[in-house]
Amino acid sequence: MKTQVYYQAKKIGINALIHAFLISVVITCLYPLLWMVASSLKTQDTIFKDISLIPKEFHWENYPRAWQEGGFGRYFLNSIFYTISVVTGIVLVSSLAAYAFSRLSFPGKNFIFYIFIAAMMIPLPGSFVALYVLLNKLHLRNTEVGYILCMINVGLSTSIFLLKTFFDKLPHELEDAARIDGCSKFGIWWHVALPLAKPVLAVVIVFNTLNVWNEYVLALIIFDSRAKMPLQVAINRFWGEFATNYPLLMAGLTITALPIIIVYLLMQKYIVKGVTQGAVVG
Amino acid sequence: MKIKSVLENYLFILPAVTIFLIFYIIPFIWVFQLGFYDWNGIDLSKSFVGVANFKEVLVQDPSWWQSVLNAGYITIIALIFQNILAFLLAVACDREIRLKNFYRLVFFIPPVLSEIVVGMAWKFIINDIDGANIVNRMFISMGLSQWAHNWLSDPKTALTTVALVHCWKGFGWGFLIFLAGLQTIPKELYEAARVDGANAWHSFKHITIPMMVPVIALVGILTILGSMQAFVLIMGLVGGEFAGHTSVPVLRILASMQGSSRFGYACTQGIVFGVILMMVSFIQYRFSKKRA
Repeated sequence: MKTQVYYQAKKIGINALIHAFLISVVITCLYPLLWMVASSLKTQDTIFKDISLIPKEFHWENYPRAWQEGGFGRYFLNSIFYTISVVTGIVLVSSLAAYAFSRLSFPGKNFIFYIFIAAMMIPLPGSFVALYVLLNKLHLRNTEVGYILCMINVGLSTSIFLLKTFFDKLPHELEDAARIDGCSKFGIWWHVALPLAKPVLAVVIVFNTLNVWNEYVLALIIFDSRAKMPLQVAINRFWGEFATNYPLLMAGLTITALPIIIVYLLMQKYIVKGVTQGAVVG
Repeated sequence: MKIKSVLENYLFILPAVTIFLIFYIIPFIWVFQLGFYDWNGIDLSKSFVGVANFKEVLVQDPSWWQSVLNAGYITIIALIFQNILAFLLAVACDREIRLKNFYRLVFFIPPVLSEIVVGMAWKFIINDIDGANIVNRMFISMGLSQWAHNWLSDPKTALTTVALVHCWKGFGWGFLIFLAGLQTIPKELYEAARVDGANAWHSFKHITIPMMVPVIALVGILTILGSMQAFVLIMGLVGGEFAGHTSVPVLRILASMQGSSRFGYACTQGIVFGVILMMVSFIQYRFSKKRA
Protein backbone atom coordinates (compact mmCIF):
# COMPACT_ATOMS: atom_id res chain seq x y z
CA MET A 1 0.00 0.00 0.00
CA LYS A 2 2.73 2.37 1.00
CA THR A 3 4.68 1.61 -2.16
CA GLN A 4 1.66 2.27 -4.33
CA VAL A 5 1.23 5.75 -2.82
CA TYR A 6 4.95 6.30 -3.21
CA TYR A 7 4.90 5.38 -6.91
CA GLN A 8 1.82 7.49 -7.55
CA ALA A 9 3.39 10.51 -5.89
CA LYS A 10 6.59 9.93 -7.84
CA LYS A 11 4.66 9.74 -11.09
CA ILE A 12 2.78 12.96 -10.38
CA GLY A 13 6.04 14.67 -9.42
CA ILE A 14 7.77 13.58 -12.62
CA ASN A 15 4.80 14.65 -14.72
CA ALA A 16 4.78 18.07 -13.05
CA LEU A 17 8.48 18.49 -13.79
CA ILE A 18 7.96 17.52 -17.42
CA HIS A 19 5.09 19.97 -17.80
CA ALA A 20 7.13 22.73 -16.17
CA PHE A 21 9.92 22.11 -18.70
CA LEU A 22 7.51 22.02 -21.67
CA ILE A 23 5.63 25.13 -20.54
CA SER A 24 8.84 27.13 -20.08
CA VAL A 25 9.71 26.33 -23.70
CA VAL A 26 6.17 27.29 -24.77
CA ILE A 27 6.58 30.68 -23.10
CA THR A 28 9.95 31.21 -24.80
CA CYS A 29 8.31 30.39 -28.14
CA LEU A 30 5.35 32.69 -27.74
CA TYR A 31 6.87 35.65 -25.88
CA PRO A 32 8.55 37.38 -28.87
CA LEU A 33 5.39 37.09 -30.94
CA LEU A 34 3.14 38.42 -28.19
CA TRP A 35 5.63 41.22 -27.64
CA MET A 36 5.53 42.05 -31.35
CA VAL A 37 1.72 42.19 -31.41
CA ALA A 38 1.56 44.16 -28.16
CA SER A 39 4.09 46.69 -29.43
CA SER A 40 2.11 47.16 -32.62
CA LEU A 41 -0.78 48.46 -30.51
CA LYS A 42 1.24 51.00 -28.54
CA THR A 43 2.48 54.47 -29.48
CA GLN A 44 6.03 55.62 -30.07
CA ASP A 45 5.95 57.25 -26.62
CA THR A 46 4.72 54.25 -24.68
CA ILE A 47 6.47 51.45 -26.58
CA PHE A 48 9.69 51.68 -24.55
CA LYS A 49 8.13 52.68 -21.24
CA ASP A 50 5.22 50.29 -21.01
CA ILE A 51 6.78 46.89 -21.59
CA SER A 52 3.78 44.86 -20.47
CA LEU A 53 2.27 42.42 -22.93
CA ILE A 54 -1.16 44.02 -22.59
CA PRO A 55 -1.04 47.69 -23.60
CA LYS A 56 -2.94 50.19 -21.47
CA GLU A 57 -4.67 51.53 -24.57
CA PHE A 58 -5.10 49.64 -27.80
CA HIS A 59 -4.04 51.78 -30.76
CA TRP A 60 -5.67 49.78 -33.52
CA GLU A 61 -5.24 52.74 -35.90
CA ASN A 62 -1.59 51.66 -36.28
CA TYR A 63 -2.76 48.93 -38.64
CA PRO A 64 -4.58 51.06 -41.24
CA ARG A 65 -1.69 53.53 -40.99
CA ALA A 66 0.93 50.82 -41.63
CA TRP A 67 -1.23 49.51 -44.46
CA GLN A 68 -1.47 52.91 -46.19
CA GLU A 69 1.32 55.24 -45.04
CA GLY A 70 3.82 52.44 -44.50
CA GLY A 71 2.98 50.91 -47.87
CA PHE A 72 2.48 47.48 -46.34
CA GLY A 73 -0.80 47.10 -48.22
CA ARG A 74 1.04 47.18 -51.51
CA TYR A 75 3.73 44.70 -50.39
CA PHE A 76 1.09 42.45 -48.86
CA LEU A 77 -0.86 42.25 -52.12
CA ASN A 78 2.41 41.60 -54.00
CA SER A 79 3.20 38.70 -51.65
CA ILE A 80 -0.32 37.30 -52.06
CA PHE A 81 -0.02 37.56 -55.85
CA TYR A 82 3.39 35.82 -55.97
CA THR A 83 2.31 33.09 -53.57
CA ILE A 84 -0.86 32.24 -55.49
CA SER A 85 0.83 32.34 -58.92
CA VAL A 86 3.84 30.28 -57.87
CA VAL A 87 1.88 27.65 -55.96
CA THR A 88 -0.64 27.25 -58.80
CA GLY A 89 2.25 26.91 -61.23
CA ILE A 90 4.01 24.31 -59.08
CA VAL A 91 0.86 22.24 -58.62
CA LEU A 92 0.12 22.11 -62.36
CA VAL A 93 3.68 21.62 -63.64
CA SER A 94 4.84 19.15 -60.99
CA SER A 95 1.68 17.02 -61.00
CA LEU A 96 1.85 16.69 -64.81
CA ALA A 97 5.48 15.59 -64.60
CA ALA A 98 4.99 13.34 -61.57
CA TYR A 99 2.07 11.61 -63.28
CA ALA A 100 4.22 10.94 -66.35
CA PHE A 101 7.14 9.67 -64.25
CA SER A 102 4.81 7.29 -62.43
CA ARG A 103 2.42 6.07 -65.13
CA LEU A 104 3.57 6.80 -68.68
CA SER A 105 6.51 5.34 -70.57
CA PHE A 106 9.01 7.21 -72.73
CA PRO A 107 12.74 6.91 -73.40
CA GLY A 108 14.97 8.51 -70.77
CA LYS A 109 12.25 8.54 -68.11
CA ASN A 110 14.37 7.32 -65.19
CA PHE A 111 17.37 9.41 -66.19
CA ILE A 112 15.35 12.64 -66.27
CA PHE A 113 13.67 11.77 -62.97
CA TYR A 114 17.00 11.15 -61.25
CA ILE A 115 18.32 14.51 -62.42
CA PHE A 116 15.37 16.19 -60.70
CA ILE A 117 16.11 14.23 -57.53
CA ALA A 118 19.83 14.99 -57.68
CA ALA A 119 18.99 18.68 -57.85
CA MET A 120 17.23 18.29 -54.51
CA MET A 121 20.35 16.85 -52.88
CA ILE A 122 23.19 18.98 -54.24
CA PRO A 123 23.63 22.31 -52.48
CA LEU A 124 24.87 25.14 -54.72
CA PRO A 125 24.86 28.29 -52.62
CA GLY A 126 26.12 30.58 -55.41
CA SER A 127 23.43 29.75 -57.93
CA PHE A 128 21.63 33.06 -57.36
CA VAL A 129 24.60 34.88 -58.89
CA ALA A 130 24.16 33.01 -62.17
CA LEU A 131 20.40 33.32 -61.95
CA TYR A 132 20.78 37.11 -61.76
CA VAL A 133 22.94 37.08 -64.91
CA LEU A 134 20.48 34.81 -66.70
CA LEU A 135 17.43 36.93 -65.85
CA ASN A 136 19.30 40.01 -67.03
CA LYS A 137 19.96 38.34 -70.39
CA LEU A 138 16.34 37.27 -70.74
CA HIS A 139 15.15 40.77 -69.72
CA LEU A 140 13.24 39.12 -66.92
CA ARG A 141 15.03 40.79 -64.02
CA ASN A 142 12.88 43.20 -62.04
CA THR A 143 9.79 41.56 -63.51
CA GLU A 144 7.04 39.61 -61.79
CA VAL A 145 7.28 36.85 -64.42
CA GLY A 146 11.00 36.33 -63.78
CA TYR A 147 10.48 35.98 -60.05
CA ILE A 148 7.48 33.65 -60.43
CA LEU A 149 9.34 31.32 -62.84
CA CYS A 150 12.39 31.17 -60.56
CA MET A 151 10.22 30.33 -57.58
CA ILE A 152 8.31 27.64 -59.50
CA ASN A 153 11.68 26.06 -60.22
CA VAL A 154 12.64 26.20 -56.53
CA GLY A 155 9.63 24.10 -55.49
CA LEU A 156 9.62 21.75 -58.46
CA SER A 157 11.92 18.86 -57.47
CA THR A 158 10.48 18.17 -54.02
CA SER A 159 6.89 18.49 -55.27
CA ILE A 160 7.53 16.08 -58.17
CA PHE A 161 9.12 13.62 -55.75
CA LEU A 162 6.23 13.75 -53.26
CA LEU A 163 3.58 13.42 -55.99
CA LYS A 164 5.38 10.61 -57.83
CA THR A 165 5.77 8.60 -54.62
CA PHE A 166 2.04 9.02 -54.04
CA PHE A 167 1.03 8.04 -57.60
CA ASP A 168 3.27 4.95 -57.42
CA LYS A 169 1.24 3.61 -54.50
CA LEU A 170 -2.13 4.44 -56.08
CA PRO A 171 -4.10 1.49 -57.59
CA HIS A 172 -4.54 1.65 -61.37
CA GLU A 173 -8.19 0.49 -61.54
CA LEU A 174 -9.89 3.89 -61.69
CA GLU A 175 -7.55 5.11 -64.43
CA ASP A 176 -8.07 1.89 -66.41
CA ALA A 177 -11.83 2.34 -66.15
CA ALA A 178 -11.55 5.94 -67.37
CA ARG A 179 -9.37 4.82 -70.28
CA ILE A 180 -11.90 2.19 -71.33
CA ASP A 181 -14.54 4.91 -71.24
CA GLY A 182 -12.46 6.77 -73.81
CA CYS A 183 -10.84 9.37 -71.58
CA SER A 184 -7.63 10.92 -72.97
CA LYS A 185 -4.34 10.87 -71.02
CA PHE A 186 -4.70 14.52 -70.06
CA GLY A 187 -8.31 13.85 -69.17
CA ILE A 188 -7.27 11.05 -66.82
CA TRP A 189 -4.63 13.27 -65.23
CA TRP A 190 -7.12 16.07 -64.64
CA HIS A 191 -10.31 14.15 -63.83
CA VAL A 192 -8.95 11.05 -62.07
CA ALA A 193 -5.35 11.41 -60.86
CA LEU A 194 -5.49 14.98 -59.47
CA PRO A 195 -8.67 14.49 -57.43
CA LEU A 196 -7.25 11.28 -55.96
CA ALA A 197 -4.02 13.08 -55.06
CA LYS A 198 -5.77 15.63 -52.81
CA PRO A 199 -4.02 14.58 -49.56
CA VAL A 200 -0.53 14.90 -51.04
CA LEU A 201 -1.48 18.01 -53.02
CA ALA A 202 -2.40 19.60 -49.70
CA VAL A 203 1.13 18.92 -48.43
CA VAL A 204 2.62 20.34 -51.64
CA ILE A 205 0.41 23.44 -51.47
CA VAL A 206 1.05 24.17 -47.79
CA PHE A 207 4.82 23.76 -48.01
CA ASN A 208 5.20 25.82 -51.12
CA THR A 209 2.95 28.52 -49.67
CA LEU A 210 5.20 28.80 -46.62
CA ASN A 211 8.26 28.74 -48.83
CA VAL A 212 7.14 31.44 -51.25
CA TRP A 213 5.66 33.74 -48.63
CA ASN A 214 8.87 33.59 -46.58
CA GLU A 215 11.30 33.77 -49.52
CA TYR A 216 13.93 36.48 -49.31
CA VAL A 217 17.13 36.21 -51.33
CA LEU A 218 15.74 35.82 -54.87
CA ALA A 219 13.33 38.68 -54.33
CA LEU A 220 16.25 40.73 -53.02
CA ILE A 221 18.40 40.29 -56.13
CA ILE A 222 15.58 40.28 -58.70
CA PHE A 223 13.58 43.38 -57.77
CA ASP A 224 14.78 46.98 -57.99
CA SER A 225 11.36 48.60 -58.06
CA ARG A 226 9.86 49.10 -54.68
CA ALA A 227 6.35 48.70 -56.09
CA LYS A 228 7.05 45.08 -57.07
CA MET A 229 8.67 43.87 -53.86
CA PRO A 230 7.12 41.26 -51.60
CA LEU A 231 6.74 41.90 -47.86
CA GLN A 232 9.90 40.17 -46.61
CA VAL A 233 12.29 42.24 -48.69
CA ALA A 234 10.41 45.51 -48.38
CA ILE A 235 10.17 45.39 -44.58
CA ASN A 236 13.85 44.57 -44.20
CA ARG A 237 15.08 47.19 -46.65
CA PHE A 238 12.88 50.08 -45.60
CA TRP A 239 12.53 49.60 -41.87
CA GLY A 240 14.83 52.55 -41.29
CA GLU A 241 12.01 54.78 -42.47
CA PHE A 242 10.06 53.74 -39.39
CA ALA A 243 12.81 54.64 -36.93
CA THR A 244 10.50 57.37 -35.65
CA ASN A 245 7.52 55.05 -35.44
CA TYR A 246 8.31 51.56 -34.20
CA PRO A 247 4.66 50.61 -33.57
CA LEU A 248 4.00 50.96 -37.31
CA LEU A 249 6.97 48.69 -38.01
CA MET A 250 5.68 46.15 -35.49
CA ALA A 251 2.25 46.34 -37.15
CA GLY A 252 4.03 45.66 -40.45
CA LEU A 253 5.83 42.65 -38.96
CA THR A 254 2.53 41.34 -37.60
CA ILE A 255 0.92 41.77 -41.03
CA THR A 256 3.86 39.80 -42.47
CA ALA A 257 3.61 36.97 -39.95
CA LEU A 258 -0.17 36.65 -39.62
CA PRO A 259 -1.08 34.90 -42.90
CA ILE A 260 1.55 32.22 -42.27
CA ILE A 261 0.33 31.62 -38.73
CA ILE A 262 -3.25 31.29 -40.01
CA VAL A 263 -2.19 28.85 -42.75
CA TYR A 264 -0.22 26.91 -40.16
CA LEU A 265 -3.09 26.66 -37.68
CA LEU A 266 -5.54 25.56 -40.38
CA MET A 267 -3.25 23.11 -42.16
CA GLN A 268 -1.24 21.81 -39.20
CA LYS A 269 -1.95 18.17 -40.00
CA TYR A 270 -0.38 18.45 -43.46
CA ILE A 271 2.67 20.27 -42.15
CA VAL A 272 3.45 17.52 -39.65
CA LYS A 273 3.01 14.99 -42.43
CA GLY A 274 5.21 16.96 -44.80
CA VAL A 275 8.04 17.44 -42.30
CA THR A 276 8.24 13.74 -41.55
CA GLN A 277 7.99 12.78 -45.22
CA GLY A 278 10.27 15.58 -46.37
CA ALA A 279 12.86 14.55 -43.80
CA VAL A 280 13.02 11.13 -45.41
CA VAL A 281 13.56 12.83 -48.78
CA GLY A 282 16.23 15.31 -47.72
CA MET B 1 0.61 5.58 -83.45
CA LYS B 2 3.37 4.46 -81.08
CA ILE B 3 5.48 7.55 -81.79
CA LYS B 4 2.51 9.84 -81.36
CA SER B 5 1.81 8.28 -77.98
CA VAL B 6 5.41 8.73 -76.81
CA LEU B 7 5.41 12.37 -77.96
CA GLU B 8 2.20 12.91 -76.06
CA ASN B 9 3.88 11.45 -72.96
CA TYR B 10 6.74 13.91 -73.34
CA LEU B 11 4.23 16.76 -73.30
CA PHE B 12 3.52 15.92 -69.65
CA ILE B 13 7.08 16.59 -68.57
CA LEU B 14 7.75 19.41 -71.07
CA PRO B 15 6.82 22.34 -68.77
CA ALA B 16 8.77 20.93 -65.82
CA VAL B 17 11.84 20.11 -67.91
CA THR B 18 11.81 23.51 -69.65
CA ILE B 19 11.64 25.48 -66.40
CA PHE B 20 14.22 23.20 -64.78
CA LEU B 21 16.60 23.48 -67.73
CA ILE B 22 16.45 27.27 -67.87
CA PHE B 23 16.36 28.11 -64.17
CA TYR B 24 18.39 25.27 -62.66
CA ILE B 25 20.69 23.51 -65.16
CA ILE B 26 21.87 26.62 -67.05
CA PRO B 27 22.69 28.65 -63.89
CA PHE B 28 24.35 25.54 -62.45
CA ILE B 29 26.68 25.28 -65.46
CA TRP B 30 27.29 29.03 -65.52
CA VAL B 31 28.40 29.06 -61.89
CA PHE B 32 31.16 26.61 -62.79
CA GLN B 33 32.11 28.61 -65.90
CA LEU B 34 32.03 32.05 -64.29
CA GLY B 35 34.20 30.78 -61.44
CA PHE B 36 37.16 30.92 -63.85
CA TYR B 37 36.51 34.48 -65.01
CA ASP B 38 36.96 37.99 -63.75
CA TRP B 39 33.76 39.83 -64.59
CA ASN B 40 31.82 42.76 -63.20
CA GLY B 41 28.46 41.45 -64.36
CA ILE B 42 27.83 44.27 -66.84
CA ASP B 43 30.58 44.37 -69.51
CA LEU B 44 30.17 42.21 -72.58
CA SER B 45 33.70 40.83 -72.25
CA LYS B 46 34.92 38.77 -69.37
CA SER B 47 38.57 37.94 -68.82
CA PHE B 48 39.60 34.35 -68.24
CA VAL B 49 41.78 34.10 -65.14
CA GLY B 50 42.10 30.32 -64.75
CA VAL B 51 42.25 29.14 -61.17
CA ALA B 52 43.21 32.58 -59.81
CA ASN B 53 39.80 33.01 -58.15
CA PHE B 54 40.08 29.63 -56.45
CA LYS B 55 43.56 30.47 -55.23
CA GLU B 56 42.29 33.74 -53.84
CA VAL B 57 39.38 32.09 -52.00
CA LEU B 58 41.53 29.31 -50.60
CA VAL B 59 44.64 31.19 -49.49
CA GLN B 60 44.40 34.96 -49.94
CA ASP B 61 41.03 35.84 -48.47
CA PRO B 62 41.00 35.79 -44.65
CA SER B 63 37.51 37.36 -44.60
CA TRP B 64 36.20 34.28 -46.41
CA TRP B 65 37.59 31.81 -43.88
CA GLN B 66 36.40 34.03 -41.05
CA SER B 67 32.89 33.72 -42.49
CA VAL B 68 33.23 29.93 -42.76
CA LEU B 69 34.36 29.81 -39.12
CA ASN B 70 31.41 31.98 -38.09
CA ALA B 71 28.99 29.66 -39.88
CA GLY B 72 30.75 26.69 -38.26
CA TYR B 73 30.30 28.31 -34.84
CA ILE B 74 26.57 28.82 -35.45
CA THR B 75 26.34 25.21 -36.67
CA ILE B 76 28.08 23.72 -33.63
CA ILE B 77 25.86 25.69 -31.23
CA ALA B 78 22.83 24.52 -33.22
CA LEU B 79 24.02 20.90 -33.26
CA ILE B 80 24.46 20.93 -29.49
CA PHE B 81 21.76 23.19 -28.00
CA GLN B 82 19.05 23.02 -30.63
CA ASN B 83 19.20 19.25 -31.11
CA ILE B 84 19.54 18.30 -27.45
CA LEU B 85 16.57 20.55 -26.65
CA ALA B 86 14.59 19.09 -29.55
CA PHE B 87 15.41 15.54 -28.46
CA LEU B 88 14.48 16.13 -24.82
CA LEU B 89 11.21 17.77 -25.82
CA ALA B 90 10.42 14.88 -28.17
CA VAL B 91 11.12 12.31 -25.44
CA ALA B 92 8.94 14.32 -23.03
CA CYS B 93 6.07 14.39 -25.54
CA ASP B 94 6.35 10.74 -26.63
CA ARG B 95 4.06 9.42 -23.90
CA GLU B 96 0.56 9.68 -22.58
CA ILE B 97 0.71 13.30 -21.54
CA ARG B 98 -1.90 16.01 -21.43
CA LEU B 99 -1.60 19.03 -23.77
CA LYS B 100 0.62 17.00 -26.11
CA ASN B 101 -0.99 18.45 -29.24
CA PHE B 102 -0.81 21.96 -27.84
CA TYR B 103 2.92 21.62 -27.21
CA ARG B 104 3.50 20.28 -30.69
CA LEU B 105 1.44 23.11 -32.15
CA VAL B 106 3.45 25.80 -30.35
CA PHE B 107 6.92 24.32 -30.91
CA PHE B 108 6.48 24.46 -34.66
CA ILE B 109 5.41 28.12 -34.78
CA PRO B 110 8.98 29.54 -34.93
CA PRO B 111 9.99 27.29 -37.88
CA VAL B 112 7.05 28.42 -40.04
CA LEU B 113 7.79 32.11 -39.53
CA SER B 114 10.16 33.85 -41.92
CA GLU B 115 13.70 34.54 -40.83
CA ILE B 116 13.09 38.25 -41.46
CA VAL B 117 10.14 38.39 -39.05
CA VAL B 118 12.00 36.35 -36.43
CA GLY B 119 15.17 38.40 -36.81
CA MET B 120 13.48 41.79 -36.68
CA ALA B 121 11.17 40.88 -33.79
CA TRP B 122 14.09 39.55 -31.71
CA LYS B 123 16.21 42.55 -32.61
CA PHE B 124 13.79 44.84 -30.83
CA ILE B 125 13.58 42.55 -27.83
CA ILE B 126 17.27 41.98 -27.19
CA ASN B 127 19.01 45.02 -28.53
CA ASP B 128 18.92 48.01 -26.27
CA ILE B 129 16.62 50.64 -27.61
CA ASP B 130 15.73 53.12 -24.89
CA GLY B 131 15.61 50.39 -22.25
CA ALA B 132 12.97 48.12 -23.77
CA ASN B 133 15.43 45.25 -23.70
CA ILE B 134 13.71 42.44 -21.82
CA VAL B 135 16.88 40.37 -21.37
CA ASN B 136 18.75 43.32 -19.89
CA ARG B 137 15.82 44.17 -17.61
CA MET B 138 15.89 40.61 -16.36
CA PHE B 139 19.59 40.84 -15.55
CA ILE B 140 19.13 44.20 -13.83
CA SER B 141 16.27 42.88 -11.71
CA MET B 142 18.43 39.93 -10.71
CA GLY B 143 21.17 42.31 -9.63
CA LEU B 144 23.46 41.47 -12.56
CA SER B 145 23.39 44.91 -14.15
CA GLN B 146 27.01 44.55 -15.31
CA TRP B 147 25.77 41.88 -17.78
CA ALA B 148 23.22 44.17 -19.38
CA HIS B 149 24.40 45.60 -22.69
CA ASN B 150 23.66 45.83 -26.39
CA TRP B 151 23.86 42.18 -27.34
CA LEU B 152 23.86 42.70 -31.09
CA SER B 153 26.06 45.80 -31.23
CA ASP B 154 28.82 44.22 -29.15
CA PRO B 155 31.25 42.30 -31.41
CA LYS B 156 31.88 39.83 -28.58
CA THR B 157 28.26 38.73 -28.19
CA ALA B 158 26.73 39.42 -31.62
CA LEU B 159 27.51 36.04 -33.21
CA THR B 160 26.43 34.02 -30.16
CA THR B 161 23.18 35.98 -30.03
CA VAL B 162 22.60 35.19 -33.71
CA ALA B 163 23.29 31.49 -33.04
CA LEU B 164 20.87 31.35 -30.11
CA VAL B 165 18.06 33.03 -32.06
CA HIS B 166 18.82 30.57 -34.86
CA CYS B 167 18.32 27.71 -32.37
CA TRP B 168 15.07 29.28 -31.16
CA LYS B 169 13.81 29.32 -34.72
CA GLY B 170 15.01 25.85 -35.64
CA PHE B 171 14.47 23.42 -32.75
CA GLY B 172 10.85 22.73 -33.80
CA TRP B 173 12.04 20.93 -36.95
CA GLY B 174 14.23 18.54 -35.01
CA PHE B 175 11.48 18.09 -32.44
CA LEU B 176 8.93 16.95 -35.05
CA ILE B 177 11.36 14.58 -36.76
CA PHE B 178 12.57 13.10 -33.44
CA LEU B 179 8.97 12.66 -32.29
CA ALA B 180 8.05 10.85 -35.52
CA GLY B 181 11.14 8.65 -35.05
CA LEU B 182 10.31 7.83 -31.42
CA GLN B 183 6.80 6.80 -32.42
CA THR B 184 8.16 4.14 -34.77
CA ILE B 185 9.95 2.32 -31.90
CA PRO B 186 7.78 -0.74 -31.05
CA LYS B 187 6.27 -0.39 -27.57
CA GLU B 188 6.81 -4.14 -27.01
CA LEU B 189 10.55 -3.51 -26.69
CA TYR B 190 9.99 -1.29 -23.65
CA GLU B 191 7.55 -3.76 -22.12
CA ALA B 192 9.99 -6.65 -22.60
CA ALA B 193 12.75 -4.57 -20.99
CA ARG B 194 10.55 -3.72 -18.03
CA VAL B 195 9.69 -7.38 -17.53
CA ASP B 196 13.41 -8.07 -17.50
CA GLY B 197 13.80 -5.52 -14.72
CA ALA B 198 15.22 -2.55 -16.65
CA ASN B 199 14.49 0.90 -15.21
CA ALA B 200 13.58 3.99 -17.25
CA TRP B 201 17.19 5.08 -17.66
CA HIS B 202 18.28 1.64 -18.86
CA SER B 203 15.58 1.36 -21.50
CA PHE B 204 16.36 4.92 -22.63
CA LYS B 205 20.04 4.07 -22.99
CA HIS B 206 19.68 0.60 -24.50
CA ILE B 207 16.51 0.94 -26.57
CA THR B 208 15.68 4.59 -27.33
CA ILE B 209 19.18 5.83 -28.20
CA PRO B 210 20.27 2.88 -30.40
CA MET B 211 16.94 2.84 -32.24
CA MET B 212 17.17 6.58 -32.84
CA VAL B 213 20.71 6.68 -34.28
CA PRO B 214 19.57 6.94 -37.93
CA VAL B 215 17.10 9.72 -37.05
CA ILE B 216 19.73 11.56 -35.01
CA ALA B 217 22.13 11.32 -37.98
CA LEU B 218 19.44 12.66 -40.31
CA VAL B 219 18.62 15.61 -38.06
CA GLY B 220 22.36 16.22 -37.71
CA ILE B 221 22.87 16.51 -41.46
CA LEU B 222 19.78 18.71 -41.87
CA THR B 223 21.03 20.95 -39.06
CA ILE B 224 24.47 21.27 -40.65
CA LEU B 225 23.12 22.09 -44.11
CA GLY B 226 20.56 24.53 -42.69
CA SER B 227 22.84 26.29 -40.21
CA MET B 228 25.86 26.65 -42.49
CA GLN B 229 23.68 28.37 -45.10
CA ALA B 230 21.61 30.49 -42.71
CA PHE B 231 21.98 34.17 -43.51
CA VAL B 232 18.54 35.78 -43.90
CA LEU B 233 18.14 35.65 -40.12
CA ILE B 234 21.37 37.67 -39.84
CA MET B 235 19.99 40.23 -42.32
CA GLY B 236 16.91 40.61 -40.13
CA LEU B 237 18.75 40.55 -36.81
CA VAL B 238 21.98 42.47 -37.44
CA GLY B 239 21.32 43.95 -40.88
CA GLY B 240 24.47 42.55 -42.46
CA GLU B 241 27.99 41.36 -41.82
CA PHE B 242 28.75 43.79 -38.98
CA ALA B 243 32.34 44.35 -40.13
CA GLY B 244 32.91 40.60 -40.34
CA HIS B 245 31.70 39.75 -36.84
CA THR B 246 28.51 38.15 -38.13
CA SER B 247 29.53 37.44 -41.71
CA VAL B 248 28.75 33.99 -43.11
CA PRO B 249 29.68 32.52 -46.51
CA VAL B 250 26.38 33.33 -48.26
CA LEU B 251 26.64 36.94 -47.09
CA ARG B 252 30.21 37.02 -48.47
CA ILE B 253 28.93 35.73 -51.83
CA LEU B 254 26.24 38.42 -51.86
CA ALA B 255 28.85 41.05 -50.97
CA SER B 256 31.18 39.92 -53.78
CA MET B 257 28.28 40.14 -56.20
CA GLN B 258 26.45 43.27 -55.09
CA GLY B 259 29.11 45.11 -53.12
CA SER B 260 32.25 44.73 -55.19
CA SER B 261 30.64 43.59 -58.49
CA ARG B 262 32.93 40.58 -58.78
CA PHE B 263 30.56 38.03 -60.30
CA GLY B 264 33.27 35.50 -61.15
CA TYR B 265 34.70 35.57 -57.66
CA ALA B 266 31.20 35.24 -56.15
CA CYS B 267 30.68 32.05 -58.20
CA THR B 268 34.04 30.66 -57.07
CA GLN B 269 33.05 31.26 -53.46
CA GLY B 270 29.77 29.48 -54.18
CA ILE B 271 31.57 26.43 -55.60
CA VAL B 272 34.05 26.26 -52.71
CA PHE B 273 31.22 26.56 -50.20
CA GLY B 274 29.18 23.89 -52.00
CA VAL B 275 32.16 21.53 -51.77
CA ILE B 276 32.62 22.32 -48.06
CA LEU B 277 28.93 21.52 -47.43
CA MET B 278 29.13 18.22 -49.29
CA MET B 279 32.29 17.25 -47.41
CA VAL B 280 30.90 18.10 -43.98
CA SER B 281 27.67 16.18 -44.55
CA PHE B 282 29.62 13.23 -45.95
CA ILE B 283 31.90 13.11 -42.90
CA GLN B 284 28.91 13.37 -40.59
CA TYR B 285 27.19 10.58 -42.55
CA ARG B 286 30.19 8.26 -42.34
CA PHE B 287 30.67 9.04 -38.68
CA SER B 288 27.08 8.17 -37.80
CA LYS B 289 27.25 4.99 -39.93
CA LYS B 290 30.27 3.81 -38.01
CA ARG B 291 28.61 4.36 -34.66
CA ALA B 292 25.41 2.64 -35.69
